[in-house]
Amino acid sequence: MSIDTDTARKVAHLARIKVEEDELPALAGEFNAILGFIEQLQEVDVEGVEPMTSVTPQRLKRREDVVTDGHQQDKVLANAPDAREGFFAVPKVVE
Amino acid sequence: MSELSKLKIAEARDALKKGEVTSVELTEACLAEIAGAGALNAFVHDTPDLAMEQAKAADALKGDGSLNGIPLGIKDLFCTRGVASQAASKILDGFRPEYESTVSQNLLDAGAVMLGKLNMDEFAMGSSNETSVYGDAVNPWKVDDRTLTPGGSSGGSAAAVAADLCLGATGTDTGGSIRQPAAFTGITGIKPTYGRCSRWGIVAFASSLDQAGPMTKDVRDAAIMLQAMCGHDPKDSTSADLPVPDFEAMLTGDIKGKTIGIPREYHMDGMPGEIDALWAEGRKMLQDAGAKLVDISLPHTKYALPTYYVIAPAEASSNLARYDGVRFGHRARLGQGDGITEMYEKTRAEGFGQEVKRRVMVGTYVLSAGFYDAYYNRARKVRALIKKDFEDVFAQGVDAILTPATPSAAFGLGEMTDADPVAMYLNDVFTVTVNLAGLPGINVPAGLDNQGLPLGLQLIGRPWEEGDLLNTAYALEQATGFVAKPEKWW
Repeated sequence: MSIDTDTARKVAHLARIKVEEDELPALAGEFNAILGFIEQLQEVDVEGVEPMTSVTPQRLKRREDVVTDGHQQDKVLANAPDAREGFFAVPKVVE
Repeated sequence: MSELSKLKIAEARDALKKGEVTSVELTEACLAEIAGAGALNAFVHDTPDLAMEQAKAADALKGDGSLNGIPLGIKDLFCTRGVASQAASKILDGFRPEYESTVSQNLLDAGAVMLGKLNMDEFAMGSSNETSVYGDAVNPWKVDDRTLTPGGSSGGSAAAVAADLCLGATGTDTGGSIRQPAAFTGITGIKPTYGRCSRWGIVAFASSLDQAGPMTKDVRDAAIMLQAMCGHDPKDSTSADLPVPDFEAMLTGDIKGKTIGIPREYHMDGMPGEIDALWAEGRKMLQDAGAKLVDISLPHTKYALPTYYVIAPAEASSNLARYDGVRFGHRARLGQGDGITEMYEKTRAEGFGQEVKRRVMVGTYVLSAGFYDAYYNRARKVRALIKKDFEDVFAQGVDAILTPATPSAAFGLGEMTDADPVAMYLNDVFTVTVNLAGLPGINVPAGLDNQGLPLGLQLIGRPWEEGDLLNTAYALEQATGFVAKPEKWW
């Protein structure tokens, strides 16, 4: 499996990380080195093995489905790069 | 005065109880050492006023907390209320949490004093502390002109403890990030069983692998500090609701009749002779202490690193999706006509460093449609086999497993810059299996190599049996008699 610059561009976009066009070949090269290393996993016999979902055998705890938190708008917004009138502010989303 | 920062936690605790020293004196001594250790770049956000306030309170209250008045350093990955917490990343520049992580709160509840935040690799991704936005942390051990890495990702924590800037420090370990830096700096570091320490309020890297643990000057201190850090927390759904035994009380040094496994797959081709020799010495020491040694096989060991480099980036790509320039931290300056997608893309390009971007994108790739089964699901199956390898040897009666901690001693900062990213990943070859299997593992400093740099041995324990593991480590520590310290040059 070899990754070309088109795939690298697509992955960068999926990850929402801007990568300049002239950096794509180097990025594709790095992906190939890492994926080449990962390729070894193909030789393992995993017939009948269930994918691990939890490393410790535990059942997630249940609790009452009730509101346990809230009423801290100021704290939620305290670290926002741009907060106005009690909301997060972002560039225009809809044309 | 400076001698006080050299105290171990247990020594300081006893001196405090007897009234021979105050927390204010201990804290002032540490703050003076920190102020003079800029060259190590270990502390990156100092909180001297907060520390003095906490020290005064500890002296006044004379509380019975197990860490009452003990000055500690906290890795920058832990969210600390009102104090910069940015995971050594530009993308969290200026972030001051409104809340305290459960682990750091547990330490404060036990009476500990926080001296400041410690350097690390960005988002804990790295093995040399060279991916930090704060610049490299530096190993206090130095044998020639080179400045050496303290290891990573908990490099600042390791450097601070080894250089006696604090009495102990918190670390986190996703693939070896406590044990490898501990080995590189000649200190003790334990990663407990997955679920022992709450992950709540610790900046997430790979949630199924991340665990917090203490980095200390000896095994007893690790037992004391771990005890204070762990415990059930309803805010982390993977936190174990199990009683926490008294780890310190379990340190008897008696390991007669214990079975220690020696995994043949940990003999790596090209491993330096010194590492092999140290491992052989460790085996002899445990045998002399009355343990029974058996050769064991963990057949899927060689697949641990490739498995890790699928699972960890996959989880990281999901976890780091939250850094979007909207809720906290850095937002890129936008151009005319830029919309929300450009905001995400520019913010993340500016805010993340190279290694973080690389791992987020690798994770995105292995989770993308068409590759999910071939990479991610396959890795989760191999992970199940790696865990089963350990279960099988524990079922045969093995109590603990002895391995080298790292494939080399500390290397020079910058030496790996041009290497393939995979070459850096090999640092974690002996430690990463433990995270994949969710087991407790500890680094015990065991000797010096021919350059005079520390080397460590790793002990791996059964799940939830940190007390027994710490006791085996304690026996090994007594046998090695390792007391070497770096000579002060900073």
